[in-house]
Parts: sequence; C-alpha cells; structure tokens
Amino acid sequence: MCFSVRPYGRPDVTTVKAIISFYQSSIGKKWIVALTGLVLVGFVTGHMIGNLQIFLGQEPINKYATFLQGLGELLWVIRGVLFACLGLHIVTTVLLTIQNAAATPQKYAVTKSQAATIAAKTMAISGTIILAFLIFHLLHFTAQTIHPEWQGWHDAEGRHDVYSLVIVGFQNPLATGFYLLGVFLLCMHLSHGIQSFIQTLGLRSRKIADPLTTASPYLAGLLFLGYAAIPVASILGILKPLH
Amino acid sequence: MSDTLNLTLKVWRQKNAGTPGKFVEYPAKNIPTDCSFLEMLDIVNETLVQQNIEPIAFDHDCREGICGMCSLVINGVAHGPERATTTCQLHMRHFKDGDTIYVEPWRVGAFPLIKDLIVDRSSYDRIQQAGGFITARAGSAPDANSVPIPKQNADSAMDAAACIGCGACAAACPNSSAMLFVAAKVSHLALLPQGQPERTRRALKMVTTMDKEGFGNCTNYYECEAVCPAEIKSSFISMLNREYAFAAVRDGVSVI
Amino acid sequence: MATLDSKIPSGPLEKKWEKHKFDSKLVNPANRRKYTIIVVGSGLAGASAAASLGEMGYNVKCFCYQDSPRRAHSIAAQGGINAAKNYQNDGDSVQRLFYDTIKGGDFRAREANVYRLAEVSSSIIDQCTALGVPFAREYGGLLANRSFGGAQVSRTFYARGQTGQQLLIGAYSGLCAQIAAGTVTMFPRTEMLDLVVVDGHAKGIVVRDMVTGKIEAHAGDTVILATGGYGNVFYLSTNAKGCNVTATWRAHKKGAFFANPCYTQIHPTCIPVHGDFQSKLTLMSESLRNDGRVWVPKKKEDCGKPPGEIAEEDRDYYLERKYPSFGNLAPRDISSRAAKQVCDEGRGIGSTKLGVYLDFSAAIKRLGENVIRERYGNLFDMYHKITGEDAYKVPMRIFPAVHYTMGGLWVDYNLMSNLPGLHVLGEANFSDHGANRLGASALMQGLADGYFVLPYTISNYLVTQAGKKVGTDHPEFVKAIEEVKARTEKLLSIKGKRSVDSFHRELGLLLWDKCGMGRTEASLKDALAKIPKIREEFWTNVNVLGDGNDLNQSLEMAGRVADFLEFGELMCLDALERRESCGGHFREEFQFEDGEAKRDDEHFAHVAAWENVGEVAKSVRHIEPLNYENVHLAVRSYK
Repeated sequence: MCFSVRPYGRPDVTTVKAIISFYQSSIGKKWIVALTGLVLVGFVTGHMIGNLQIFLGQEPINKYATFLQGLGELLWVIRGVLFACLGLHIVTTVLLTIQNAAATPQKYAVTKSQAATIAAKTMAISGTIILAFLIFHLLHFTAQTIHPEWQGWHDAEGRHDVYSLVIVGFQNPLATGFYLLGVFLLCMHLSHGIQSFIQTLGLRSRKIADPLTTASPYLAGLLFLGYAAIPVASILGILKPLH
Repeated sequence: MSDTLNLTLKVWRQKNAGTPGKFVEYPAKNIPTDCSFLEMLDIVNETLVQQNIEPIAFDHDCREGICGMCSLVINGVAHGPERATTTCQLHMRHFKDGDTIYVEPWRVGAFPLIKDLIVDRSSYDRIQQAGGFITARAGSAPDANSVPIPKQNADSAMDAAACIGCGACAAACPNSSAMLFVAAKVSHLALLPQGQPERTRRALKMVTTMDKEGFGNCTNYYECEAVCPAEIKSSFISMLNREYAFAAVRDGVSVI
Repeated sequence: MATLDSKIPSGPLEKKWEKHKFDSKLVNPANRRKYTIIVVGSGLAGASAAASLGEMGYNVKCFCYQDSPRRAHSIAAQGGINAAKNYQNDGDSVQRLFYDTIKGGDFRAREANVYRLAEVSSSIIDQCTALGVPFAREYGGLLANRSFGGAQVSRTFYARGQTGQQLLIGAYSGLCAQIAAGTVTMFPRTEMLDLVVVDGHAKGIVVRDMVTGKIEAHAGDTVILATGGYGNVFYLSTNAKGCNVTATWRAHKKGAFFANPCYTQIHPTCIPVHGDFQSKLTLMSESLRNDGRVWVPKKKEDCGKPPGEIAEEDRDYYLERKYPSFGNLAPRDISSRAAKQVCDEGRGIGSTKLGVYLDFSAAIKRLGENVIRERYGNLFDMYHKITGEDAYKVPMRIFPAVHYTMGGLWVDYNLMSNLPGLHVLGEANFSDHGANRLGASALMQGLADGYFVLPYTISNYLVTQAGKKVGTDHPEFVKAIEEVKARTEKLLSIKGKRSVDSFHRELGLLLWDKCGMGRTEASLKDALAKIPKIREEFWTNVNVLGDGNDLNQSLEMAGRVADFLEFGELMCLDALERRESCGGHFREEFQFEDGEAKRDDEHFAHVAAWENVGEVAKSVRHIEPLNYENVHLAVRSYK
C-alpha cells in the first residue's frame, strides 16, 4: 500500500478514556472474548498434550505432574491468569448476549438459517455446560475433593501417583460419561471459537480466510480425540492403574 | 407463454408502530412465473383494492436491485430464497404452485416498524453521517490521476462499496447486528489513499454510532453474508474488527 | 409573446463561463448562513448541490421521497460518466466533448451550456475521486476508460456496472458530512406537493410527511428542484417506481415554463416486456453493444425459430448494415428506431414479436467466455435473474424502453427558471442534451450542475433577496397548504371503482402507442382527445383507500398519476407542434427516404417553452431561438 501518512487519534481522548470506550464498544468486547478465548484455547491444547503423556506410562506423567506442582507461586500466577481470562470471557459474553437479546425485540415467525452452524448457535448453552463441567473436573482431579483418598497415592519414587488416579477416576462410567460430554461440548464450542477469533482479531482476509475457517472444526475434532482417548482407554482397560 | 401459480400469502399487517400487528392470509391467484415477487404483491394489491381492502404497504423503488429500498423477509430469509438477489429481482419461477409464503418486515430493534412491511432504516443514515465520508470540498480536489491506486486496492474498495444499504444484513442476523454494513462502509474508504486522514476517527465514530443506535453484536454467524444481495464478504467484518482495534490504539496512545 | 432571456454571456464560447463567473455576484461567507436554500431531490444533482451549498455555509434544507437520500434513482445508472480528460491520449478535448454532445443532441441544445458542461467535466472526476469513488483502474494504478454510447474516443469513467450508485454514494457521503456538520437538514420520506410563489418569486414549498401524513410548508430564499425526469408518464420505463413529474409540474402550474416536453429518450437495450403484470422495464447497460451484435432474422417466418437454428446468412445485422462506421454502437435514438423499424416489418423476435437479439457468440468465440464474463458478468447475471435465460448460450433479447427525458423546466444560463428564485438542476431541467442524450452524459450533467455550476450562479439571485425573507405564515403559504390539503382530501373522497395503477397503465399504454418511438399528427391528435377523458374518469372513479394521516402509498401514487394525466397532454401538444423529427422526437411525416430523422432547422432550431394558463390544452408556446455560432448545423450521420 502506498500510504505515506499514518493517521493518529483524536486530540481530546486520553488513554484511560480510550480503554473504557474500547471495552464499551461491541467490537472491543469481541476482542476481549477472542483474546481470552485464545489464551484458553492455548491452555486447552497444552493441557491435552501434557495429559497424553499418560500413554507413555506412569513415570513420565507423574514426573510432569510433580514438575507442575513444583512451580509454586508461578503455578498460581498461571492459574490466576487462566481464571481471569475465564472470568472475563464469561462476563463479556454474558453482556454481549444480553445486548443481543435487547437488539431484537420482536422475533420472526419463520426463520430459516442460511449459514450459522449448530456450534455457533449453541455457544451460550455449550459454554454454560462447559463451565459446570469445569467445576466438576477441578473438584474431581485438581482439588480431589470427591476422592480425598487419592491425596495419599504415591509411586515408587514417592511422587503423587497421578497416573493411577486418572485411570481409576475414569473407570467410573458416570464420571467418564460426563467428562466425554464436557469435552465434546468444549470442542464444539471451539470449532466455532477458533475461526471466530481469527475473524474477530482481524486476521481474516480473502487469502487466508477459507483455509483457516475450514480447518477450525478439524482442529477442534483433533482436540476432542486427544481428550477422549484417555477416558476411553481407561474404561476399556487399555490403561491400567498401578495403585 | 408463462405458467401461473396459485399461492397462499401470510402477510404481516400492522397499521403503525403503536398498534400490534398480525399475519393476514391472502390468496395470490394466477401469478405468472415470469413476474417478480413485488409484481406478485402488485397483483394481490390490485385485487385487495377491488375488495376495498387497503393494499399491503411495502418499500420499493428502482425494482432493478440497486436502490436497496425493498426489504422483505420471505419464508424466514431476508430477500427470499435466491442468493445475491434483492426482493425486487426475485422471480416467481422460484416458487411452486400451492406454496404458502410468509412475508415479514425486517425485524430489527434499530429499524422501527412504520407500517405493514415498511421499516425505518434511518439508523443506517446516522451511522454514515457519523463518519462514512471523506471531507473533500468541491473545488479542492487534485487531478484524479495524481494519486495512483493499485488496481487490487481499488478493486477491493469497490467490492466493499457495492453495498446497497438495504439492511438485509441486520435483518438476517439473529443478533440484529449491522456489522456487515458498517464493515463495508469503513473498509471501502480505509482501502483508498484518499480515506487515510480520517481513517481513525471514521472507524471509531461509526462503530460508536452503530452501538448507540441499538444494533446487536456480531457473533460470527455469517447469516449476513449469506443474504447480502451485493455479496459483501464477511472478511470485511474481520477488517473492521482490525480497523477498530488499531484505531482505538491510535486514539489512546497517539505518539504525536 | 414573452421573451426568454437565456442570459448567455457575451464573448467567445470558450471564455463565456470564465467571464460569467467573474461577472457573477458573491455572497460574503459570513452572510451565507442567513440564506435558507430549499433543495428538492437527493440524486446526483440534488445531493451534490445540497452538499456544496452546505460546505459554502448556506443553510440548506434537502427533501426526498425515499427513505434515504442514497436511494435516488441516479443510483441505477450503470455505464459511466464522461469527462474530457484525454487520459487515453486519443485526441479528446473539451471542444470534442462539446461537439459530440451538441451533435448527439441533434443540434437542439444551447451551445454555451453544453460547452460549460464539457469544460467542468474534468473537475467532476477529480472531485469524485477525492470523495472515494472507486472508479475502475488499470494495473498501473491510473484511471481506466472505455468508449461508450456513440463516442469515438474513450472518455467514459466507470465503476463496474454501477457507476451511478458509486457516484451517488460519493455525493451522498458528502451530504452526510454536511448533515453531521449541521449545515444541511435532511427530510427523507417527504414529498413536495406544491411550490409557493410570493410576489412572483419562488419562496418555499408545501410538503407531505409520508409517514405521518402531515402537510406543512417550508420557506426559503430560493428553491432548487432536482427531481429528475418524467419518463414514468409512460408507466413502463427504466425509471424507479417512485419517479414522478409532480414537483416540476406543480412548479409549471405556478408559472415556470416547461421546455421541450416531447423529447424523450428511448433506450435501445432493455429487457423486453413479457406480460401485463409488468411494473417496470430493466435497462441493460449500453456497454453491452461494445461486444454484442444486434440482429433479427431476414425472413419473417424464421422469427418463431430458436436463434441457434437460424443460419448466419439468414440473419440481418441491421445496425452494421445501415451504419457501417458506428455499427452496433450507433447512438441511442438511432438504434432504438432501427429496432422499431425491423419489428414493424414483422421481423421482431420473442413471444410478443417486440424484441431483437443481442448476440455475444462472436465475441465469446474471439475473446473467450471468461473475458466476456469479466466485462459484463453482472449484466448477464441480471439478465438471467429476470428472464431465466443464459446469455452465454443463447442471444439476449432486447427492446427499446423509455429511459430518460431531455425536456424539463426551462432554465437560463444561471440554471434559474423564468420564475425568479426557482433553480432547476439535472434531468429536471431541459438545458444540456438537446433532443437526445448521449450515453454517460446524464451523470456528468447532474454533478456539473450541483458541484460546479449552481454554487457559482445561485448568488446572482440571492444577492437580490437580502432582507426579503418571507415566513410560512404569509398568506400565500397558508393558501398553498389549504390547496394541497383540499386536493389530498378530494383524492381520498372519490372512492370509485378503479385502482390508481390501472389509470397509470392506461395512460402509459396510450402514450407509448401515440407518442412513443414514432409519432404522427393523427396519433398525437388521438392522444390529445383521449387523455382528458382518462383524466376525467380518474377524478370521478379512482379508488384511494386508507386515510391521509398515515403512510399511504396509494395516496402518494394518486397525486403523481393525477399530475402525469395533465403532463401527458402537454407532452403530446409539444410533439404535435414540433413539426420535424429530431433526436428522441421522431415524427413519421418528417423523415428521409432511408428512414432517418429529418430536422427542420429553418423553423424549429429553437426551444419550445410552455406556459401554463390554466387548462393544459390552452398552454402557450414560447420560443427561445438557438443560435449556433460555433458549430455547423449538419445532418446527423453515423454511417
């Protein structure tokens, strides 16, 4: 492009004012949803890759878990950032949804969707169920309040035996069922979410739009396969607890 | 030469914004397949006048798909079932004998209903007035060829400028968002060198006005793109998202 | 007989405008906001005038009947806009654009006006580019041009097939900036129903709010009408459904002279009529004739056959045959008449036998389908949408249709009517196109008037009006409001048997038959006898349902049709009195042996400006002689 002059902002607007009005605007909120979503997708991806080490055996996964626990304050910083993102993501989407409902006071008698996917249309529902699932999941594996006895499981090296407790946890069909539903909805949420942040962060152009948009559900599908592999292997007895 | 159809219409009738509306059923008999949807309504209106029933009010003007005045939701789809087609260019050959057709107005909070199928789209004008222009007073322009514009940029600007301002994007959006319209307007001028001096202000003010008018937020359903008669691409919305964020940064942390 | 002072400046042609600008009076920038200017219409002429006057500091009120000024029918122009830029280095110049326009108008336009139009044409392109109009460009980034509508140079600028929309959005965006700045107040969905004249000066208008039905008046120091043409008098035309003659006709009845109403342009490339239900005709851009070849079968008996079964030697490429040097690109009036002739001979095609082929097969063979798709894809798509036919495979069917009206309110060099204070711009005036308009010249004229002519000339009138403000409480305003209310109530109270549309169709069909592409003394006299009868029935048997205090489309149309029913008579009267053929006015009695139009320069090299004295039939015909000092009146030949 041949622009010689870069345009600058309005003289009467301060930085604080600009930040506030950015968040107040519809596009600003979308950016917040997209950026926090991006962080959460990053976490979800990393978490999956970490978890898949379970297929390498007891040693690597327990070592990995001990490493994470050993991060100390840093772990809490990471958790803090993740929770902040989650909180912002939820609060902002709730605000957007309320505004959207108000923008259409009278509904059509007949509607015939031309483009929206099921994933796109169910973001609010899938998001709410994912939140419930997340709380359960944290209580189940992270805080282990459901099975306090897991706290005392250790491997030969004296490390917390995460390997066994995960497999034992997934041998409960109810827990596994809810887990599978949770990750399925999460991945459906992401199949819309991934292409959405490409769109919202302004990364889409006519050259890269279609491959990325098309790839979005496949990426989500891969995440689902990765997450589903562990409970399925556990319940089928492919993975066996050592405790 | 042409075949004819017999149809049942269920048309939204509403005297004015203050009176509740309802669907009223009208038969549409012997409709030639060669006529347009609006001509079909003309025929129905002619029979209504014969029965001393006030004709159905609907917006229309050029009837050649460019003025953006016509605005009907036909069986749940803004501008009806044909892609890239305004209501006035939708022809009855796309319907079958015996069909029941629901005809509704744009239902968008920021487009208040005036009568029957007519809504008030002046919110789009106000968005345009907020910044959808280049301030270039007559008499001050340099020679048109003094600033060459790469063909690709000019073509992209033209793709965005093709918007006819009909409002189908907001009408089709489950959130009643006007993003495709605003995206087309902002992108058109942001892609041209003449649009640079007001680029920041334009993006900020147009989006602020869009929000103030009560349009909803884009959640990337892409229903707008699917019904747009001018085939404006949703990638322009992505461009608007970028334009707006960069403008906000420039607005907040300007270095000069 | 009143003399019409055209106020054309003295001096050589190329210096007249320069001189006039210098001689014109000025209004001090600080005083401009004290003047209120009423602009009716928001098409290219109205929007550009309102925006420019707002920029200059005047207090502008702009009115349009559409829901937004962006929808005015200028938007539908497809082909392009002319300008004497000579960017293609093919020998174009102001002089050449001037000459082409005068000749194209069949030597029935004013030299000085046309020269000025050609002179300011370049600035229009500069202005529109500055406003962000995305004109077509070449790979080097410079503007592209094409040759268009009977020109032998490439001087037409275009934006895909929607030049009109892009130019209008440009003008509209400038208008938006002024609305935001507070210099222009916009009144959409507001229709002008009368002009208010106080002491012989146009001082305001009466309008109806089309949503609430409220009838009220607006006062100003001058009134500008930019309300387009009267093509819809024919019912079927390429105009938008809402286009009407009401604003100009009401002004005419208040004293403004109507000039050359018989000049109507029939555009050769429209999609043929295909049924009684049809509400409008769709134009296919004339640019199609750059690559399409027009033909009909040589033999009548072939007309029913599918075009593919008619052998090459049995086809009559009549434009190429009759006009070897211009061929398929012959000007609009000539191409239209040629199509009528072959159809009159019984060689028309399609179910109505009123159609000719526009065939792209040779161009597709030569250039490939992709090139044709790139050039005209949107037009082929539009054709497909309307007819359901694929023009890449079968030839298009086309037929002439009413498109543009060269006649309009009489104006002087300042664009002011004989009625002081009333300025008329764009298609609504008569000034620049003579008896026929060339392609891509309407957009040029609308924007020239609004951006570069009126802003200079309007002050000549305004300076005379300092301290002569009139309010809407003036008795003339009160009277005008009462008249409009009475007329509205009358229309609503008839409650007869027939719809407004049925009268409009009846009038349109009659005019198309009697005062369309070919006119004769007998046909015009017949029409003149019949129109008053239709009008009489209208005022006793029309059924306008609903009430006046609401949005009421039947009522809106009824008012317009009532005016068309009067105007149509004047059009026929003018056609009857102009005993020659010229441009869009073809009197069958006046033709050469080969069927070409035969002008009568000795008796008719003048503008006919009609004065209303009550009954239309008694209208008085005034004359403004046309003096040609710079061009030689010649038989217009495109052979």
